[in-house]
Formats: sequence, C-alpha cells, structure tokens
Amino acid sequence: MSLALPAPDMARAITRISHEILERNSGSESITLLGIPTRGAHLAARIAANIEAIEGRAVQHGTLDITLHRDDLRTRPPRALMPTVIPSLGVEGRNVVLVDDVLFSGRTIRAALDALGEIGRPQTVQLAVLVDRGHRELPIRADYVGKNLPTSQSQVVRVQFTELDGIDLVSIEDGATQ
Amino acid sequence: MKHLLSIADLSKSQAITILNTAEELARASDGPMKKLPTLRGRTIVNLFAEDSTRTRISFEAAAKRLSADVINFSAKGSSVSKGESLKDTAQTLQAMGADAVIIRHSASGAAARLAESQWMSGAVINAGDGTHEHPSQALLDAFTIRRHLAHGGEDLAGLHIAIVGDVLHSRVARSNVLLLTKLGAKVTLVAPPTLLPVGIESWPVTVSYDFDAVIESVDAVMMLRIQLERMSEMFFPNAREYSRYFGLNSDRLRRMKPTAIVMHPGPMNRGLEITADSADSARSVIVEQVTNGVSVRMAILYLLLAGVPEGEGVIA
Repeated sequence: MSLALPAPDMARAITRISHEILERNSGSESITLLGIPTRGAHLAARIAANIEAIEGRAVQHGTLDITLHRDDLRTRPPRALMPTVIPSLGVEGRNVVLVDDVLFSGRTIRAALDALGEIGRPQTVQLAVLVDRGHRELPIRADYVGKNLPTSQSQVVRVQFTELDGIDLVSIEDGATQ
Repeated sequence: MKHLLSIADLSKSQAITILNTAEELARASDGPMKKLPTLRGRTIVNLFAEDSTRTRISFEAAAKRLSADVINFSAKGSSVSKGESLKDTAQTLQAMGADAVIIRHSASGAAARLAESQWMSGAVINAGDGTHEHPSQALLDAFTIRRHLAHGGEDLAGLHIAIVGDVLHSRVARSNVLLLTKLGAKVTLVAPPTLLPVGIESWPVTVSYDFDAVIESVDAVMMLRIQLERMSEMFFPNAREYSRYFGLNSDRLRRMKPTAIVMHPGPMNRGLEITADSADSARSVIVEQVTNGVSVRMAILYLLLAGVPEGEGVIA
C-alpha cells in the first residue's frame, strides 16, 4: 500500500476544486452538485460545504444513483440501489456538476449521464473527481481533478472519508483484480 | 435466491432489501421519464391460469418500466384450456427463451413445482397459488404500511395490524401474516370461526371473533375479499349478517385511531366486507396500494433478474 493523498492534501484538493467550480460558473447561483453514491455523495457534500463557506450562501446539492443505468449489471449479483436526491430546483437549465471519488474506466460517468437525462436537460454537465487514475475505456474526461494518480490496471485506489471510514485518506493498493 | 415462491423463504433482511429497493425505484419512476433501461433484452412471461386484473397488469407495468419484453399468456384462449399440462406449457416457455415466469395458478404449490422441476431454467415468481401464498401482495402491503406508519423505520416493529375476513381461503392473509410478523408487527386475525383454517393456533397471531373489540387499538385494518368463487358451502348465514359483524362501515371507521389506515387487496365487494364510504374515505390507502404494487414488483424483478443471467442471483 502506498499513501497517495493524506488528509491535509485531500482537504486542499477539495478546497481547490470548490474554487475552480465557482470560477468556471461565475458563482454558485447556477450550480447543482450531484454526488454519485457512495463516496461521490460525501465528496459532493464536502464541496457544497466549502462553497457555502466561500460564497456565504447555500448551494444546490444532492445525490444521483446510477445503478439502474450500469452496463455491467449482468456480470454481477444484483446491487442494492442507493438514494437519489434531486435538490429543489431540479436539473433543468442548471449547470450540473457530477461528483465522484475516482475516475477510472469512465463507465460510471456514462451511466450517470444517462440517469441525468431521465431527470431533465441541464444547461451544462461538468465532472469533478478527487482522483483520476487513468485507463479510460470511453471518451470521457473530468473538468475538475483533485489529483492525477498514475496506476496500473491491477492496482486498487482506495478513497476513505471520515464519515464512513473514520479517516480521510487516498491510498493505492496492489490488488489481484480491480 | 433465484425465485420468489413464498414469504416463508425470505429472511427479514431480504424482505427489507426488497422494500428499500422498491422505495428507490418508486422515486426513479416518479420523474418525467418513467422507463428505465435496466432489464432491456430480458423476456418475462405472465402465465395466468386464473383470473386476475391488477396483479397481472401490475407485473406487466413493472416489467415494461424496466424495459423488459412481456408476453402475456392466460389460460383462456391458450392450450391450457385444451388440457395442456403445466410441464408442457413450461417447456414451451423455456424453448421461447423466457428469463422469468410470473405464475398464477389455482393449485397451491404450482409455482414451487415449476421452480423445482427441470422444465425451465428461468426465475419463477409466484403471483398467487391456490390458497397458499401471494408474496408480492404481502410485500406491497408491508411497503404501504411502512410508508404510512413506520416513521422512516426499516421494519414494522410496534405496529398492530388486523386482518379481517375470509382467512381460510386467503393466500393474501397467509403471506401477510408471515411477512408482517417477520417485520416485527403484531397481527390479529378477525373472522368467524368457519372462515379460519384448521391449525390457526400454531400461527404467530392472535385471533378474535369480535371486530368491535379490536378496531380501536389497531394501526391498520386489512379487509379481505369474501371469495364468492371459492364458497362451495355456507360459511356464514347470509351476507347481511357477515357485513354487520365483520364488515368495515362508517361507525367502525370513526372509532379507529386518528392515524390508522384502511387497506384492501382488491377486488372489493363493496357493501359486503367494506362499505363504499369506508373504501373511499381519507383513511383508505387502497388506490395507493395499487401504485405501490408496481414499485414493489419492479424491485422483485430487478433483484431476481438484473444480476448474472445464469444461476446465483442473490437478494442480499
């Protein structure tokens, strides 16, 4: 196991992403943050808290479960569905920022775009991730990246949040298969 | 698990998984786009060897919202009415590549027979077998009760539910007793002694012959249909007497707890087990039960069919 992003670096990365989102969208008014459960939802909540602290007002944020739109459902036992919570203003005409912990093959984000399309038609869709580990299988890129981590296919990137795991940490582990 | 045959086969956590999944699916199909791509390319057969409106339509709507292909197959107008056996019918469905069969049959155990045989490899979902079980109905009832009365809790602990009427012939009652008690609720059966099955004392319920003594203390009443088609002998002197003692009317409705709800699996005999004003009152969640039925059946189909195609799909 190697330590990729200890807690202080992780906090700095999240703060920088928050600023970048605000800069790109000229403030928080038009933004809707949607985290992809489980850890993307926690990351979205952190970014939302940061933005509120910076701007001094609440930002629209929620969660978007993508399980029903996955393309690999038939390769595994059924997965439990996670909550989807769309904030009060919806997604129609908004600048939606999808938030996930790790960007890998890009298939989760493809499914998220499908799931989002069912709910409405945003003005723009942007993507924020804490870690981009490469190995994309689809033409998808992130707009906001906490840290680019070069990895091999067989390694596992593990993101931990205090709310879930008791610690803030990103680490790379040598796994058998991903 | 691969099939849904009986509530008795489900653990408490599996039942809660189904209810939680239904909750998310209800939200997902609430938006402007009702159709989800999840079961695209799967074929589901509705095999109904006994009449049904809402269960069949409900399963069909659930399957279609998940983008599965649905083939409806009813006994009338098919080879079943020419005397074809369940085995031959099942082998025909297998040959057509059905991924799941939803079966309703007048024989208790028909779904289990289909699942245990090697006649077909798909999932079997019991949509009512004789007087045995109707698991999807019990799950939608538990879902409805949980939404109204559990205050965000996962199970039904502390709730008291009365099931009133023809328990003897009711697969809905059987499945509900198993599920509601599994989820921690207290169940009281209210019926004339002639409409209670032999061996009722071994069920995990209390039994009462006096509806008036029970009505004020329950959180939900579930009225059962008097199944006129199964009434080969006289179980009560006449319909008026039955209504007087075991029917839900406006007087009993008034004496219920302020938060209590009225349920009925349908189809109702208005004027017999439930008066029209009770069925249409603000306490009644009967129409909502139908809506919830689609979400719960979507959850069942999702959990049985969305995973690996062969063998071990797991509800857990």
